[in-house]
Amino acid sequence: MNWASWILSGFTATLALSTLLATSHGLGLTSMNIPYIVGTVVTPDREKARLYGFFVHLLNGWAFSILYVLIFEARHMVNWWLGLLIGLAHALFVLTVGMSLLPIFHPRMATERHGPTVRRQLEPPGFMALNYGYQTPIAVFLSHATFGAILGSLYHLR
Amino acid sequence: MGDQATAPAQSQRAVKPPPAIADYGVIGDCRSAALVSRNGSIDWLCWPRFDSPSIFAALLDQECGGYWSISPIADYAAERRYVPESNVLETRFTTRSGSALLTDLMPVRDSAPASMVPDHEIIRRLTCNSRELEFEIALVPRADYGEKSPAIRSIGNLGLRIECNGGVFWLRSSIPLHIDGASAFARIPLKAGDSILFSLSYSRESPAVLPALEQIPRRIDACVEWWQGWARSARYDGDFRDEVIRSALTLKLLTFAPSGAIIAAPTTSLPERIGGSLNWDYRYCWLRDASLTIRALLELGYWEEATAFLDWTLHATRLTQPELRILYTVYGNPPPKERESPMLRGYRGSAPVRIGNAARDQLQLDVYGEVVDAAAQYAFHGGYLDRDMQRVLIGLGNYVVKHWDLLDEGIWEPRTGRRNHTHSRLLCWTALDRLISLSKQGKVTGAPLNEIKKECDAIRRQIERRGWNESIQSYVSELDGDRLDSSLLLLSWYGFEKPDSARMRSTYRAIRERLGTPEGLLYRSETLPPEGTFAICSFWEAEYLALGGGSVQQTRDLMNTFSIHRNDLGLYGEEIDASTGQALGNFPQAFTHVGFIGAALSLDQREKGEQQLAHRPESATPQQSHQNQAA
Repeated sequence: MNWASWILSGFTATLALSTLLATSHGLGLTSMNIPYIVGTVVTPDREKARLYGFFVHLLNGWAFSILYVLIFEARHMVNWWLGLLIGLAHALFVLTVGMSLLPIFHPRMATERHGPTVRRQLEPPGFMALNYGYQTPIAVFLSHATFGAILGSLYHLR
Repeated sequence: MGDQATAPAQSQRAVKPPPAIADYGVIGDCRSAALVSRNGSIDWLCWPRFDSPSIFAALLDQECGGYWSISPIADYAAERRYVPESNVLETRFTTRSGSALLTDLMPVRDSAPASMVPDHEIIRRLTCNSRELEFEIALVPRADYGEKSPAIRSIGNLGLRIECNGGVFWLRSSIPLHIDGASAFARIPLKAGDSILFSLSYSRESPAVLPALEQIPRRIDACVEWWQGWARSARYDGDFRDEVIRSALTLKLLTFAPSGAIIAAPTTSLPERIGGSLNWDYRYCWLRDASLTIRALLELGYWEEATAFLDWTLHATRLTQPELRILYTVYGNPPPKERESPMLRGYRGSAPVRIGNAARDQLQLDVYGEVVDAAAQYAFHGGYLDRDMQRVLIGLGNYVVKHWDLLDEGIWEPRTGRRNHTHSRLLCWTALDRLISLSKQGKVTGAPLNEIKKECDAIRRQIERRGWNESIQSYVSELDGDRLDSSLLLLSWYGFEKPDSARMRSTYRAIRERLGTPEGLLYRSETLPPEGTFAICSFWEAEYLALGGGSVQQTRDLMNTFSIHRNDLGLYGEEIDASTGQALGNFPQAFTHVGFIGAALSLDQREKGEQQLAHRPESATPQQSHQNQAA
């Protein structure tokens, strides 16, 4: 594995992912605020949650890119469209499995079954995160596809 | 208790005229506000900002505006009050079978720092105090000024979800509501000791925070404490303390905390004449209110609010400086172009309902004096004007030097063209006079004083010669004219004329004679279409008397006379119908409350022998020629 190339391409792709998600939020494509979701795992304070969440999500994306790189290495092949395909699969996983499990793992997220409690007050995402806006899946697919495509373009096999 | 809630076939609320304007109370969170009627109905709400599209607008159209009501099914009597020194509203319903207390509030975010709370929320708690009675609850949201009927979805134990206005509304309640199309209803019998809770929240960001209902009683207490803590810090112990505190609380409620801006009123198109078309959108910030507002805040000891407001005034306007617009949104943008609502029929048929304000394109030269005077007051009270602020003030002064002689629309914003308004000249003089004072005291450096003094004297001469009408022995509304308006009472307030000067006394007599009513109220002008008397003008009159134009007793009598025109919650509208005493115009009106605070402060200062109006310790340009003339 080409560690230096992973560090650079993983960081660049994660920055692009964060920027695209923030832009989608700003343009009204989705109301989902990923840094806020991530940050509220550790703090209920809105402003701190956004700040912490941004850095945790950045590190998380960086770490996650290693899976893409491992797939590139395993197939001895790397290009933008392979990265894009992995990104689309990644997005599908996040929207279906990830979002359905989120209320279980997130300590401050409510569930439809039990409703909000003193500790769990965040609105759950629902199927495909549609509670966060009906165009949210589009934003997630778009940003993860871009994430994969950038990784595929920038990473160099060892 | 929740199991006892049933679904009515449909809402019992018949379409009828809305309550009188004074029958509304206001709740708010320093970001937005809602009007709650004496009947327990929230008939006006715009989220997330004061000037956002409405979700409830029954105030302007009972049929299609939307509302959220909680009221007894049987005939009832309603009394209400604010929890003392707070903006938490309590309405007590009494029927033959029992009584219940409805508590309404919008939690202020600062009352729960560092905790997870919704961006915007209305909390309602209904508690049965004695015996039993049955209530009906109706949630009828109508988005975008009644243009859309958003779908309501029940999402299990999370509550009811309504997606509209670019965000998501959530209604959480301790009883189930039954969805019927785009509305939700419930009927519930209550026995003594029963309490039901509601939380309506709005978020533009996901995930939204869905508050836990069991926390609501504690959160209500926290909000009451927050308001009371704020109110207790007011530095006023005069005879009108309760009224002054209510006015200060109203002013605080109309403040947009993130920017420090203060809006004129939280409503649009409440009519200045029932059935008429004098209906305007007041959900913006008028620079004209700057000077009187800053004075009220500073002398009550609210430095934080005064500083934020001055910062907003000087920085939000930077895109247009040195030219100033008349009004801005809470973030300093121009308000939207004025349009008429295609759906809302207006309060008691007073059409049209306007959204946006066409006054944004007017030229009103008085705003320059207002802004410079606000900064001067801030400095003379001990505030620091940094280099940026000084540069802005000098820029405004330079603009006035070049443009003070232009025709403008003037303080009353008529849509009939530009004139030479005496009040506008007065405020241009004020701008230059304050810059001279600030320079003399070293609080502003670098102003071109020679030029400023020259033009300042020229304005004074013009007002004294052409703003004074010898035949009627009064200052007049327009140069070389013969009509009056109540803004001439401010000649003393800004330090142009001493209140006990012959000219000022004579002007006051003329104003009272021509613009006064037998009930002691004042119309603002002789030239405008018929409308109500203008509330702020009566406080200008009271303050003129307090400053030396009359006696302490005269001032006190006038203020007592006028206080009957407050509603039962202590709120003032913009105007008062002289024949019926009913409130008219947008409600509640910040400017009226500012006027009341100012008059009360000046009266108190006079009684205590303290200095009045620190912004004009001495007029920098002395009053000259006519001072020795007898009027």
